[in-house]
Amino acid sequence: MSLLDGRPIIAAGLELFADAVVAQGAPVQLVDWQPPMAGTEADLAAVLADPRRPAANAAAIERITGTEALLVDVVPAGAALGLSDHDFLHAGPPIDWARASGPLRGALLGAAAFEGLVDEPEAAEPMFAAGTGYTLQPCHHHGAVGPMAGVISASMWLFVVEDPATGRRSYCSLNEGLGKVLRYGAYGAEVLARLRWMSAVLGPLLQQGIRNHGPIDLKAILAQMLQMGDEAHNRNRAGTLMLMRDLLPAVLESGAPARDIADVVRFVGGNDHFFLNLAMPACKLTLDAARGIDGSSVVVAMARNGTEFGIQVAGTGDQWFTGPAQLAEGLFLGSYGPNDANPDIGDSAITETAGLGGFSMAAAPAIVRFVGGEVSDALAATRRMYEITEAEHPLYAIPVLDFRGAPTGIDVTRVVRTQVLPQINTGMAGKLAGVGQVGAGLVTPPAEIFPKALAALAARVPK
Amino acid sequence: MSAERVLVQRGRYADSVTLMQVSRDVTEAAGVQAALVAMATELNRELLAGLGFAAPASDSANDLLVAIRADSEPALDAALNLTEQLLAAPRGRTSGLDTSLPPPRTSAAAARRGGPGLAIVSVPGQYAFVEAMDALEAGCDVLLFSDNVSVAQEIALKDAAAARGRLVMGPDCGTAVVGGVGLGFANVVAPGPLGIVAASGTGLQQLLCLLDHAGLGVRAALGVGGRDLSAAVAGRATEQALRLLDADPETSQLLLLSKPPDATVAARLRGLALATPIQFALLGPGQPDLTAAAESVLRACGIPVPAWPDWTTTNPGHLRGPYLRGLFCGGTLCDEAMLLAEAELGQLGSNIPLESGRRLADPRSLSGHCFIDFGADELTRGRAHPMIDPALRNQQLAAALADESTGVVLIDVELGYGAHPDPAAALEPVLGAAMCPVVISLIGSRADPQGFESTAERLHRAGASVFLSNAQATRYALDLLARRRPA
Repeated sequence: MSLLDGRPIIAAGLELFADAVVAQGAPVQLVDWQPPMAGTEADLAAVLADPRRPAANAAAIERITGTEALLVDVVPAGAALGLSDHDFLHAGPPIDWARASGPLRGALLGAAAFEGLVDEPEAAEPMFAAGTGYTLQPCHHHGAVGPMAGVISASMWLFVVEDPATGRRSYCSLNEGLGKVLRYGAYGAEVLARLRWMSAVLGPLLQQGIRNHGPIDLKAILAQMLQMGDEAHNRNRAGTLMLMRDLLPAVLESGAPARDIADVVRFVGGNDHFFLNLAMPACKLTLDAARGIDGSSVVVAMARNGTEFGIQVAGTGDQWFTGPAQLAEGLFLGSYGPNDANPDIGDSAITETAGLGGFSMAAAPAIVRFVGGEVSDALAATRRMYEITEAEHPLYAIPVLDFRGAPTGIDVTRVVRTQVLPQINTGMAGKLAGVGQVGAGLVTPPAEIFPKALAALAARVPK
Repeated sequence: MSAERVLVQRGRYADSVTLMQVSRDVTEAAGVQAALVAMATELNRELLAGLGFAAPASDSANDLLVAIRADSEPALDAALNLTEQLLAAPRGRTSGLDTSLPPPRTSAAAARRGGPGLAIVSVPGQYAFVEAMDALEAGCDVLLFSDNVSVAQEIALKDAAAARGRLVMGPDCGTAVVGGVGLGFANVVAPGPLGIVAASGTGLQQLLCLLDHAGLGVRAALGVGGRDLSAAVAGRATEQALRLLDADPETSQLLLLSKPPDATVAARLRGLALATPIQFALLGPGQPDLTAAAESVLRACGIPVPAWPDWTTTNPGHLRGPYLRGLFCGGTLCDEAMLLAEAELGQLGSNIPLESGRRLADPRSLSGHCFIDFGADELTRGRAHPMIDPALRNQQLAAALADESTGVVLIDVELGYGAHPDPAAALEPVLGAAMCPVVISLIGSRADPQGFESTAERLHRAGASVFLSNAQATRYALDLLARRRPA
């Protein structure tokens, strides 16, 4: 409609003017405008003035939503990522042993024992503390993601997810289940025994299954999960079952011993989070497609190492913007309480970065009860995320919002302007090495990392 | 002596989140040391053992475990009862699902929600560029009321708008009329054939009100911001707005109004090839005033020029001092009055001086003939525009009236939407005690919500001379002053 014939009126600022329009009988959409995060005025103005930004963000969204993610293989990490038995990957932005949190240290000790570097996990502590004779790098630097501590070592098996258009790949470990597990920092004998079984039986069987079956379209499963009460971060029940449904015939036909197959099906079926480790690399692969787009203010990674929360942005290369990881609010297992919890940890916030998890909480209202909230809070959380995202996902639809697309593509400038922080659904690890999971809940990034990213974007605007 | 119980309820299922909540509530109950209410999964059996409870007599993950340790038997019983109550409690609120939608936090979010439209941005100046740019990118036209936006940002906004086929009205755009709705400080005017493009807020209000009194209505009045015809901004929005109106079949007469423009820009705009007849009201020394411009437009449209309303008195009062003091809310009205006064009085002091004028060091201290624009940036920082809150101007009015060197005081009062709901009320007591004549330009249309006639009559009864035409008001004030001055 032409401006001269009147367009719908939106009013940000003085309510007086909105009132005046209403008094003349015209409707007004009032904006609840508030000042941005302190000290960001100049950087916001510089980034909003960057003529590359609209097209750059549009390109980022097109790649994030358009890139396919197929599960193509299951392989040992050593060969896939070129890791020796002294190379360890971890979740989140870079960190060293000295600053590593309890659960990350616990997972590293367990991984060292799993690789046979030591007999007892604790015996690996001097090596890690000495800082030599091993490497410790973020999963994200190797095209991989890992939930919670996210530790990947050479003998662990990985899901391989591929973009068929480019052959680009992403990787993630196999999910161990809940409770006392390596990714939550536990490293007891049962943890190591489970890991050995996963490498000896689970990984090879899944490999045979997927190779017999052929590639599985993970985004198609993710889209269906949102119709079935999963949000693909803290709730993966439907996804796990759909994966089993697809893979089981091929696994049965593999000729593997019935006992192994039964063990695998029991293990996967008893672990509601099994699909999380496929949702994550699928999200990682699509978000990586948007890396390195000059001028784009879209976030391509959110990840935590248990000490720091870091983000990476499409327009700022591989630079991390970090701040202290926060404590989640939520419910605790058994007698554990808030004092037992480690700050936020894991690469799993890659799901929120891609519009799933907390961003699609309205599709999985069961999740919101982790903080004693109500279904209305799940609706409100997802709706709030539309304020800070660039687009609505064309594939991921949220039934209760009339199949509106999931809020996708966090825009740094919108976070800074609205002070609305990304909503993340997460598990909570015990803060002491060896404890394991203590609860689950909701968390946000530290606000300060967004102005840091904004400043870097502003510094890159061509003069 | 503590009491402990581990119960197994066969085949009773509750989801894990509910059970975590029940466990937490029971653990927090008085006298309870530890509690676990959970399905009998392997993990939960481990947790149970970790809490020091005996192993339950259950072999199925579909059994519900209730394990409680309390300070005493009565406390244990109470906790068990509480557990049962919590497990049996109906879920969900009677009020049902809250689907209310909180308001959007940015103009762009509003545009995505209800469709793009015209975004009125009146946030503080340092944030205005960002809000406006984002609204443009979301497909909106923008009316930018905010001031303190840099020239570079103004140019960036207007170029971004043009690239998208959108219009930025502003910055510092106080008034517009589009789609029959007055925006910002807007007088209520009838629809008609006239399309106005205005680089002046109060100048536009004066024109709209004069033309409305004469019976000429407007199709649209598009503000473009007071700097649009400067050399730097180079008429970017003006040309766009003129072309928009030129292409509009319902607009049969154009009018371009501007504060004193850059000569080159003015010449270029005068040379634009337009199909619709156009009148120019480009203010400045030697140029027609706003009232003369309104009269030209009326003649061009074949509408008779009426006698502009005024409320004068045969005995305006004694002139104590020799000086004219103009205290304005509207910058263009202040400018217009200075141009007329300077021709008779010579150099004038002002916070927005003419080229030949003198700049007042402190706009609030009166010396000689002087004119203050209370809407200027330095006097609005951190406070509302004087049209909304005229307290500062009215306070200075009282000071000017008490000053023995004051001969005549000239002020403006604006009506319409956005303006003070009853500007006469605050002026009446000040005017009643006035020691010298007060002349008022009353900028209002007959349909304005404050009531044009009634406001004029109240101000007149309080002792002021009231004019619709700011030029006439200024000339009247100059006449009064001339009577006192020695020949």
